[in-house]
Amino acid sequence: MAEQTQVLTDIDRLLQVAERLKNFLSEEAIENVKVHNGEVTVTVKRENLTEALQYLRDEEKFEMLVDATAVDYMHLRNETRFDVVYHLLSLTHRLRLRVKVSVRSDDAWVPTVCHIYPSANPYEREIWDMFGIHVEGHPNLKRILTYDEFPGHPLRKDFPLFWQPGQPLEKPEEKFEEW
Amino acid sequence: MKVNIIRTTIDGREITIASPGKARGDVLEELDEEMRQVIGRNVLLAKLEDLLNVGIVQAIVNWAKRNSLWPATFGLACCAIEMMATVASRNDIARFGAEVFRGSPRQADVMIVSGRCSWKMAPILKRIYDQMPNPKWVIAMGTCASCGGVFQNYAIVQGVDQIVPVDVYVAGCPPRPENLLHGIMMLQEKIKNERIGEHKSKEVP
Repeated sequence: MAEQTQVLTDIDRLLQVAERLKNFLSEEAIENVKVHNGEVTVTVKRENLTEALQYLRDEEKFEMLVDATAVDYMHLRNETRFDVVYHLLSLTHRLRLRVKVSVRSDDAWVPTVCHIYPSANPYEREIWDMFGIHVEGHPNLKRILTYDEFPGHPLRKDFPLFWQPGQPLEKPEEKFEEW
Repeated sequence: MKVNIIRTTIDGREITIASPGKARGDVLEELDEEMRQVIGRNVLLAKLEDLLNVGIVQAIVNWAKRNSLWPATFGLACCAIEMMATVASRNDIARFGAEVFRGSPRQADVMIVSGRCSWKMAPILKRIYDQMPNPKWVIAMGTCASCGGVFQNYAIVQGVDQIVPVDVYVAGCPPRPENLLHGIMMLQEKIKNERIGEHKSKEVP
Protein backbone atom coordinates (compact mmCIF):
# COMPACT_ATOMS: atom_id res chain seq x y z
CA MET A 1 0.00 0.00 0.00
CA ALA A 2 1.63 3.18 -1.20
CA GLU A 3 1.90 5.86 1.33
CA GLN A 4 -0.19 8.93 0.59
CA THR A 5 2.13 11.93 0.23
CA GLN A 6 0.99 15.47 0.14
CA VAL A 7 2.11 17.33 -2.99
CA LEU A 8 3.11 20.89 -2.20
CA THR A 9 2.64 23.54 -4.84
CA ASP A 10 5.30 26.18 -5.44
CA ILE A 11 3.13 28.72 -3.65
CA ASP A 12 2.94 26.52 -0.57
CA ARG A 13 6.68 26.10 -0.53
CA LEU A 14 7.23 29.84 -0.96
CA LEU A 15 4.79 30.59 1.84
CA GLN A 16 6.75 28.18 4.03
CA VAL A 17 9.90 30.10 3.13
CA ALA A 18 8.18 33.33 4.13
CA GLU A 19 7.08 31.74 7.39
CA ARG A 20 10.61 30.58 8.19
CA LEU A 21 11.92 34.04 7.29
CA LYS A 22 9.43 35.53 9.72
CA ASN A 23 10.62 33.16 12.44
CA PHE A 24 14.24 33.96 11.71
CA LEU A 25 13.80 37.73 11.79
CA SER A 26 10.84 38.75 13.91
CA GLU A 27 7.11 39.20 13.62
CA GLU A 28 7.29 42.93 12.91
CA ALA A 29 10.23 42.74 10.47
CA ILE A 30 7.91 41.54 7.72
CA GLU A 31 5.18 43.94 6.72
CA ASN A 32 3.13 41.56 4.63
CA VAL A 33 3.21 38.50 2.39
CA LYS A 34 1.16 38.63 -0.76
CA VAL A 35 0.26 35.96 -3.31
CA HIS A 36 -0.75 37.20 -6.71
CA ASN A 37 -0.74 35.39 -10.03
CA GLY A 38 1.12 32.43 -8.57
CA GLU A 39 3.91 34.68 -7.34
CA VAL A 40 4.78 35.40 -3.73
CA THR A 41 5.90 38.82 -2.59
CA VAL A 42 7.42 39.46 0.82
CA THR A 43 7.58 43.07 1.99
CA VAL A 44 10.26 43.57 4.62
CA LYS A 45 11.32 46.59 6.63
CA ARG A 46 14.32 48.48 5.36
CA GLU A 47 16.45 47.84 8.44
CA ASN A 48 15.96 44.07 8.03
CA LEU A 49 16.63 43.91 4.29
CA THR A 50 20.27 42.80 4.28
CA GLU A 51 19.59 40.33 7.07
CA ALA A 52 16.63 38.87 5.18
CA LEU A 53 18.50 38.53 1.90
CA GLN A 54 21.50 37.01 3.67
CA TYR A 55 19.20 34.43 5.26
CA LEU A 56 17.39 33.71 1.98
CA ARG A 57 20.65 33.21 0.15
CA ASP A 58 22.43 31.05 2.72
CA GLU A 59 19.65 29.06 4.35
CA GLU A 60 16.88 28.98 1.74
CA LYS A 61 19.27 28.64 -1.21
CA PHE A 62 18.06 31.60 -3.25
CA GLU A 63 21.43 31.81 -4.94
CA MET A 64 20.60 34.27 -7.65
CA LEU A 65 19.44 37.88 -7.72
CA VAL A 66 17.68 38.06 -11.06
CA ASP A 67 16.68 41.71 -10.94
CA ALA A 68 16.54 44.66 -8.63
CA THR A 69 14.51 47.71 -9.53
CA ALA A 70 12.08 50.22 -8.09
CA VAL A 71 8.52 51.45 -8.61
CA ASP A 72 7.23 54.98 -8.17
CA TYR A 73 3.73 55.06 -6.64
CA MET A 74 3.60 58.85 -6.57
CA HIS A 75 -0.09 59.25 -7.41
CA LEU A 76 -1.30 56.06 -5.79
CA ARG A 77 0.10 56.13 -2.26
CA ASN A 78 0.57 58.82 0.34
CA GLU A 79 2.92 57.36 2.95
CA THR A 80 5.67 55.57 1.06
CA ARG A 81 6.32 56.68 -2.46
CA PHE A 82 8.79 54.08 -3.74
CA ASP A 83 9.04 50.32 -3.64
CA VAL A 84 12.46 48.76 -4.20
CA VAL A 85 11.97 45.28 -5.60
CA TYR A 86 14.37 42.33 -5.53
CA HIS A 87 13.67 39.24 -7.60
CA LEU A 88 15.32 36.12 -6.25
CA LEU A 89 15.72 32.76 -7.93
CA SER A 90 16.55 29.49 -6.24
CA LEU A 91 18.24 27.16 -8.68
CA THR A 92 18.27 24.43 -6.03
CA HIS A 93 14.56 24.47 -5.32
CA ARG A 94 13.35 25.96 -8.61
CA LEU A 95 11.52 28.78 -6.87
CA ARG A 96 11.18 32.47 -7.45
CA LEU A 97 10.56 34.95 -4.66
CA ARG A 98 10.04 38.68 -4.71
CA VAL A 99 11.25 40.85 -1.84
CA LYS A 100 10.06 44.43 -1.54
CA VAL A 101 11.11 47.40 0.57
CA SER A 102 8.94 50.50 0.86
CA VAL A 103 10.76 53.84 0.95
CA ARG A 104 9.54 57.34 1.71
CA SER A 105 10.41 60.09 -0.75
CA ASP A 106 11.90 62.38 1.91
CA ASP A 107 14.01 59.49 3.23
CA ALA A 108 14.83 57.71 -0.02
CA TRP A 109 17.65 55.28 0.59
CA VAL A 110 18.16 51.54 0.84
CA PRO A 111 21.18 49.59 2.09
CA THR A 112 23.34 47.94 -0.54
CA VAL A 113 23.16 44.19 -1.08
CA CYS A 114 26.30 44.06 -3.23
CA HIS A 115 28.19 42.07 -0.62
CA ILE A 116 25.45 39.41 -0.67
CA TYR A 117 24.67 39.37 -4.38
CA PRO A 118 27.47 40.89 -6.51
CA SER A 119 25.07 41.10 -9.45
CA ALA A 120 23.21 43.82 -7.57
CA ASN A 121 25.95 46.30 -8.41
CA PRO A 122 24.61 47.57 -11.78
CA TYR A 123 21.00 47.18 -10.66
CA GLU A 124 21.53 49.45 -7.70
CA ARG A 125 23.27 52.00 -9.87
CA GLU A 126 20.23 51.91 -12.13
CA ILE A 127 17.93 52.41 -9.12
CA TRP A 128 19.94 55.48 -8.18
CA ASP A 129 20.07 56.77 -11.73
CA MET A 130 16.44 56.29 -12.64
CA PHE A 131 14.67 56.88 -9.31
CA GLY A 132 17.10 58.85 -7.18
CA ILE A 133 16.96 56.32 -4.38
CA HIS A 134 20.33 56.45 -2.68
CA VAL A 135 22.02 53.11 -2.09
CA GLU A 136 24.01 53.23 1.14
CA GLY A 137 27.37 51.49 1.06
CA HIS A 138 27.48 50.88 -2.68
CA PRO A 139 31.10 50.61 -3.90
CA ASN A 140 30.59 52.65 -7.08
CA LEU A 141 27.38 54.64 -6.99
CA LYS A 142 27.43 56.52 -10.29
CA ARG A 143 24.86 57.03 -13.03
CA ILE A 144 24.71 54.04 -15.34
CA LEU A 145 22.17 54.74 -18.10
CA THR A 146 22.15 58.51 -18.41
CA TYR A 147 25.20 60.74 -18.57
CA ASP A 148 26.87 62.37 -15.58
CA GLU A 149 25.49 65.87 -16.21
CA PHE A 150 21.91 64.63 -16.47
CA PRO A 151 19.54 66.58 -14.22
CA GLY A 152 17.07 64.64 -12.12
CA HIS A 153 15.96 61.04 -12.24
CA PRO A 154 13.88 60.27 -15.32
CA LEU A 155 11.77 57.34 -14.13
CA ARG A 156 10.20 59.41 -11.38
CA LYS A 157 6.62 60.22 -12.21
CA ASP A 158 7.21 63.97 -11.86
CA PHE A 159 10.06 64.06 -14.39
CA PRO A 160 9.13 66.04 -17.54
CA LEU A 161 9.12 63.38 -20.24
CA PHE A 162 9.63 65.71 -23.21
CA TRP A 163 12.52 67.60 -21.67
CA GLN A 164 15.56 68.11 -23.87
CA PRO A 165 19.06 69.30 -22.92
CA GLY A 166 19.26 73.07 -22.89
CA GLN A 167 15.70 73.54 -21.72
CA PRO A 168 14.76 74.47 -18.17
CA LEU A 169 13.74 71.47 -16.12
CA GLU A 170 10.14 72.24 -15.29
CA LYS A 171 7.79 69.97 -13.44
CA PRO A 172 5.02 68.62 -15.67
CA GLU A 173 1.53 69.93 -15.30
CA GLU A 174 -0.64 68.54 -12.58
CA LYS A 175 -3.09 67.04 -15.04
CA PHE A 176 -1.64 63.62 -14.30
CA GLU A 177 -3.34 63.86 -10.93
CA GLU A 178 -6.74 63.37 -12.54
CA TRP A 179 -6.44 59.69 -13.17
CA MET B 1 30.06 85.73 -68.40
CA LYS B 2 31.94 84.12 -71.20
CA VAL B 3 33.52 80.75 -71.47
CA ASN B 4 37.24 81.12 -71.11
CA ILE B 5 39.19 78.58 -73.09
CA ILE B 6 42.75 78.43 -71.80
CA ARG B 7 45.44 76.56 -73.64
CA THR B 8 48.60 75.58 -71.80
CA THR B 9 51.37 73.10 -72.28
CA ILE B 10 52.22 70.59 -69.61
CA ASP B 11 55.00 68.05 -70.18
CA GLY B 12 55.10 69.02 -73.81
CA ARG B 13 51.44 68.20 -74.24
CA GLU B 14 48.79 70.70 -75.13
CA ILE B 15 45.89 70.91 -72.70
CA THR B 16 42.68 72.83 -73.19
CA ILE B 17 40.53 73.90 -70.26
CA ALA B 18 37.08 75.43 -70.36
CA SER B 19 35.58 77.32 -67.47
CA PRO B 20 31.81 77.69 -66.95
CA GLY B 21 29.80 80.75 -67.66
CA LYS B 22 27.21 81.02 -70.38
CA ALA B 23 24.08 79.02 -70.93
CA ARG B 24 24.75 75.42 -71.76
CA GLY B 25 23.69 75.50 -75.40
CA ASP B 26 25.80 78.55 -76.15
CA VAL B 27 28.79 76.96 -74.52
CA LEU B 28 28.43 73.83 -76.60
CA GLU B 29 28.22 75.89 -79.75
CA GLU B 30 31.24 77.95 -78.89
CA LEU B 31 33.46 74.98 -78.18
CA ASP B 32 35.83 74.40 -81.04
CA GLU B 33 36.63 71.04 -82.50
CA GLU B 34 39.99 70.80 -80.81
CA MET B 35 38.39 71.41 -77.45
CA ARG B 36 35.91 68.61 -78.03
CA GLN B 37 38.70 66.28 -79.00
CA VAL B 38 40.69 67.08 -75.90
CA ILE B 39 37.70 66.46 -73.73
CA GLY B 40 36.90 63.32 -75.62
CA ARG B 41 40.41 62.01 -75.30
CA ASN B 42 41.17 62.89 -71.72
CA VAL B 43 37.85 62.95 -69.96
CA LEU B 44 35.74 59.94 -70.71
CA LEU B 45 34.28 60.15 -67.25
CA ALA B 46 31.09 62.14 -67.39
CA LYS B 47 28.69 63.84 -69.71
CA LEU B 48 29.94 66.97 -71.42
CA GLU B 49 27.13 69.01 -69.90
CA ASP B 50 28.11 67.97 -66.41
CA LEU B 51 31.67 68.99 -67.07
CA LEU B 52 30.59 72.37 -68.25
CA ASN B 53 28.24 72.91 -65.32
CA VAL B 54 30.94 72.85 -62.70
CA GLY B 55 34.19 72.99 -64.62
CA ILE B 56 36.38 70.22 -65.85
CA VAL B 57 38.64 69.79 -62.84
CA GLN B 58 35.77 69.93 -60.40
CA ALA B 59 33.77 67.49 -62.47
CA ILE B 60 36.61 65.00 -62.44
CA VAL B 61 37.10 65.43 -58.71
CA ASN B 62 33.39 65.09 -58.06
CA TRP B 63 33.24 62.01 -60.23
CA ALA B 64 36.01 60.42 -58.20
CA LYS B 65 34.37 61.43 -54.93
CA ARG B 66 30.87 60.25 -55.64
CA ASN B 67 31.74 56.91 -57.16
CA SER B 68 33.71 55.67 -54.19
CA LEU B 69 31.81 56.78 -51.11
CA TRP B 70 33.27 54.85 -48.22
CA PRO B 71 30.77 54.76 -45.37
CA ALA B 72 31.77 54.77 -41.74
CA THR B 73 30.23 51.92 -39.78
CA PHE B 74 27.79 53.65 -37.49
CA GLY B 75 24.86 51.37 -36.78
CA LEU B 76 22.87 52.59 -33.79
CA ALA B 77 19.63 50.59 -33.85
CA CYS B 78 17.30 48.55 -36.04
CA CYS B 79 18.07 50.69 -39.10
CA ALA B 80 21.53 49.14 -39.00
CA ILE B 81 19.95 45.79 -39.87
CA GLU B 82 18.52 47.32 -43.03
CA MET B 83 21.89 48.92 -43.70
CA MET B 84 23.49 45.47 -43.48
CA ALA B 85 20.84 44.15 -45.84
CA THR B 86 21.75 46.95 -48.24
CA VAL B 87 25.34 45.75 -48.22
CA ALA B 88 24.37 42.12 -48.72
CA SER B 89 24.12 40.40 -52.06
CA ARG B 90 20.48 41.04 -52.93
CA ASN B 91 20.68 44.82 -52.87
CA ASP B 92 24.46 45.07 -53.22
CA ILE B 93 25.51 48.59 -52.38
CA ALA B 94 28.73 47.88 -54.30
CA ARG B 95 26.88 48.75 -57.49
CA PHE B 96 27.11 52.36 -56.34
CA GLY B 97 30.70 52.17 -55.15
CA ALA B 98 29.82 52.46 -51.47
CA GLU B 99 30.49 48.93 -50.28
CA VAL B 100 33.67 49.63 -48.33
CA PHE B 101 32.43 50.09 -44.79
CA ARG B 102 35.32 51.32 -42.71
CA GLY B 103 35.78 50.67 -39.04
CA SER B 104 37.91 53.79 -38.74
CA PRO B 105 36.39 57.22 -39.40
CA ARG B 106 39.79 58.32 -40.72
CA GLN B 107 39.18 56.30 -43.85
CA ALA B 108 35.52 57.13 -44.36
CA ASP B 109 33.72 59.69 -46.51
CA VAL B 110 30.09 59.33 -45.52
CA MET B 111 28.55 58.60 -42.15
CA ILE B 112 25.24 56.76 -42.32
CA VAL B 113 23.60 57.49 -38.96
CA SER B 114 21.29 54.49 -38.82
CA GLY B 115 19.05 54.55 -35.79
CA ARG B 116 18.06 56.71 -32.85
CA CYS B 117 20.89 58.64 -31.27
CA SER B 118 20.72 59.20 -27.52
CA TRP B 119 22.11 62.29 -25.87
CA LYS B 120 24.70 60.08 -24.23
CA MET B 121 25.80 58.96 -27.69
CA ALA B 122 25.74 62.47 -29.19
CA PRO B 123 29.30 63.50 -28.17
CA ILE B 124 30.64 60.27 -29.66
CA LEU B 125 28.72 60.88 -32.88
CA LYS B 126 30.15 64.38 -33.10
CA ARG B 127 33.61 63.11 -32.37
CA ILE B 128 33.48 60.45 -35.08
CA TYR B 129 32.21 63.07 -37.52
CA ASP B 130 35.08 65.37 -36.57
CA GLN B 131 37.57 62.56 -37.03
CA MET B 132 36.48 61.97 -40.61
CA PRO B 133 38.70 63.77 -43.12
CA ASN B 134 37.21 66.28 -45.53
CA PRO B 135 35.28 66.02 -47.75
CA LYS B 136 32.63 64.23 -45.71
CA TRP B 137 28.90 63.77 -45.84
CA VAL B 138 26.19 62.55 -43.49
CA ILE B 139 23.10 60.52 -44.30
CA ALA B 140 20.43 60.51 -41.58
CA MET B 141 18.87 57.10 -42.08
CA GLY B 142 15.34 56.59 -40.78
CA THR B 143 12.86 58.70 -38.90
CA CYS B 144 14.70 58.61 -35.57
CA ALA B 145 17.95 59.95 -36.95
CA SER B 146 16.06 62.57 -38.94
CA CYS B 147 13.70 63.93 -36.29
CA GLY B 148 13.58 61.68 -33.23
CA GLY B 149 10.70 59.59 -34.52
CA VAL B 150 8.61 57.84 -31.92
CA PHE B 151 11.19 58.58 -29.24
CA GLN B 152 10.01 62.04 -28.30
CA ASN B 153 11.59 62.07 -24.86
CA TYR B 154 14.48 63.28 -22.75
CA ALA B 155 16.92 60.58 -23.82
CA ILE B 156 16.94 60.86 -27.61
CA VAL B 157 18.33 63.59 -29.87
CA GLN B 158 15.42 64.99 -31.88
CA GLY B 159 17.26 64.72 -35.19
CA VAL B 160 21.01 64.36 -35.58
CA ASP B 161 21.11 67.61 -37.55
CA GLN B 162 21.39 69.23 -34.13
CA ILE B 163 24.80 67.57 -33.82
CA VAL B 164 26.22 67.23 -37.33
CA PRO B 165 25.27 68.76 -40.71
CA VAL B 166 23.06 66.28 -42.55
CA ASP B 167 23.12 66.07 -46.36
CA VAL B 168 20.40 63.51 -47.06
CA TYR B 169 17.45 62.46 -44.91
CA VAL B 170 16.13 58.99 -45.66
CA ALA B 171 12.55 58.47 -44.53
CA GLY B 172 11.16 55.20 -43.22
CA CYS B 173 10.96 53.21 -40.02
CA PRO B 174 13.18 51.49 -40.87
CA PRO B 175 13.81 52.42 -44.53
CA ARG B 176 13.99 49.54 -46.95
CA PRO B 177 17.35 48.91 -48.62
CA GLU B 178 16.01 50.42 -51.84
CA ASN B 179 15.22 53.55 -49.89
CA LEU B 180 18.75 53.81 -48.53
CA LEU B 181 20.17 53.21 -52.00
CA HIS B 182 17.99 56.03 -53.26
CA GLY B 183 19.43 58.22 -50.52
CA ILE B 184 22.95 57.33 -51.58
CA MET B 185 22.10 58.14 -55.20
CA MET B 186 20.66 61.48 -54.08
CA LEU B 187 23.90 62.16 -52.26
CA GLN B 188 25.79 61.31 -55.44
CA GLU B 189 23.62 63.77 -57.35
CA LYS B 190 24.42 66.36 -54.73
CA ILE B 191 28.16 65.71 -54.93
CA LYS B 192 27.98 65.96 -58.70
CA ASN B 193 27.19 69.66 -58.48
CA GLU B 194 29.49 70.46 -55.58
CA ARG B 195 32.22 73.05 -55.93
CA ILE B 196 35.63 72.38 -54.50
CA GLY B 197 35.80 73.59 -50.92
CA GLU B 198 32.05 73.84 -50.61
CA HIS B 199 31.88 71.37 -47.74
CA LYS B 200 34.00 73.65 -45.60
CA SER B 201 31.24 76.24 -45.50
CA LYS B 202 28.75 73.83 -43.94
CA GLU B 203 27.23 75.05 -40.73
CA VAL B 204 28.13 72.90 -37.76
CA PRO B 205 26.04 73.81 -34.72
